[in-house]
Amino acid sequence: MIPVFGIDPLQVVGGTIAVAVLGVLAGLVFLGIDRKVTAHMQARIGPPIRQPFRDVRKLLCKDSIVPENAIPWLFNAAPIVALASAIVILLYLPAGSIAPVFGGYGDIILVMYLLTVPALAMVAGGFASGSPYATVGSQREMVTMISYEFPLAIAIIAVAWRLAAAGIADPFSIATIAANPVWSVVGPLGFAGCLILLVVLAWVTPAELSRIPCDTPEAETELAGGLLVEYSGRNLALFYLASGVKTVAMASLAVALFLPWNISGYLALPPAAGYAADIAFFLLKMLVVVFFSVSVIRVGMARFRITHVVSVYWGYLAGLGLLGLLLVVLDVAFGAGVIA
Amino acid sequence: MRLSPSFNRSLWVFHFNSGSCNGCDIEIVAILTPRYDPERFGVRLVGSPKHADVLLVTGPVTHDMTSRLQRVYEQMPDPKVVMCIGTCGQSGGVFYDSYNLDGPVGEVIPVDVYVPGCPPRPEAIIDGVVKAIAKLERLEGESS
Repeated sequence: MIPVFGIDPLQVVGGTIAVAVLGVLAGLVFLGIDRKVTAHMQARIGPPIRQPFRDVRKLLCKDSIVPENAIPWLFNAAPIVALASAIVILLYLPAGSIAPVFGGYGDIILVMYLLTVPALAMVAGGFASGSPYATVGSQREMVTMISYEFPLAIAIIAVAWRLAAAGIADPFSIATIAANPVWSVVGPLGFAGCLILLVVLAWVTPAELSRIPCDTPEAETELAGGLLVEYSGRNLALFYLASGVKTVAMASLAVALFLPWNISGYLALPPAAGYAADIAFFLLKMLVVVFFSVSVIRVGMARFRITHVVSVYWGYLAGLGLLGLLLVVLDVAFGAGVIA
Repeated sequence: MRLSPSFNRSLWVFHFNSGSCNGCDIEIVAILTPRYDPERFGVRLVGSPKHADVLLVTGPVTHDMTSRLQRVYEQMPDPKVVMCIGTCGQSGGVFYDSYNLDGPVGEVIPVDVYVPGCPPRPEAIIDGVVKAIAKLERLEGESS
């Protein structure tokens, strides 16, 4: 194929389709595992792991109602944009030792911005529903977004800055961050700082995914489903898939930032088996991230009030993140670890 | 009807109180506890009728609730099932022939499954859900 702007179109199209299919499948499996594990922690049996697949199939065979006072084109476009933008994030994140489709383009700052697009699509869909519940839900989603962006940015910037201080070229590129685990360049203070930042990122994940304790925008008991209140059938199924893909995206971002190791380097395996082993290990790492930052937090807590979301994320978690960043800076100032 | 095995194993439930004394509502909440764990069968309580497949109606339908019950029923996307929980919804129960009733439920919206009792035990409500699934499977068989 003739390269266009230095990209092989066939490779990009094929890669995108593969990532979309695998991302959706992995997302639904992770949602199913999350529900099963949650149920076991609550002394229940819980649904089978394939339950999310059943839910999606059921939603697809139901009517999709567009309310009378909604804006139809925006109401119907929002779920598609949410799912598509969630899949786009995956195109920039590495899976095991397989480089992302758009590996050479865009960096971790771009991923940070892309993470807001699915949430913005949900906000737009909520406002387009023409329901007061959905409007309140959309406003809450925006407040939640404002709250978690700052701690998320601190965690990402601190890692990239520490790599830059270690003299590694192009520290904001995801390939660089994944190839140079931050733990291998930090000293003792920086190690403590990075542990704190890992905790901060684990707490940002439920807010990013609108899961308990940060499901204030959906809040079934008070807002009757919040910004999804008017959605049904196919549109609701698309949002359901988008939430699964977002779970995969957040988990693989956490893996790329803090747990980027591969096992193929330690095992003598033929190349194909090496890729497979790395993918299996990558899925295992994502499962660990989802378990701790989604399932455990979800079981252990009730829902925050919207004011609490702001004070917890802007106050405590931002403070914790800044402490982690300070420790990383002190690490460099005292000359511990790898310094350029 | 577009029914499938996936539909029967993923019933999302919306609860509507049409003037009940809260006895049946407490029993519905009791089903959702870990002791009965309906999520095993994919049953989930949802907050919006737009998301729901099953409408659980409690109470004898007071005059003020009639139009609301009809609107909630019409907001649910097809295919859908209506379950009437408790004696009040079947006959009016202790409120039989009251000046303030438009019910019972069956005269306001079509009902698929009745669960009698004042209030019905959680086991009875789960049995009602099983009956609803059996009815859906029968309709599925007839339509195909």
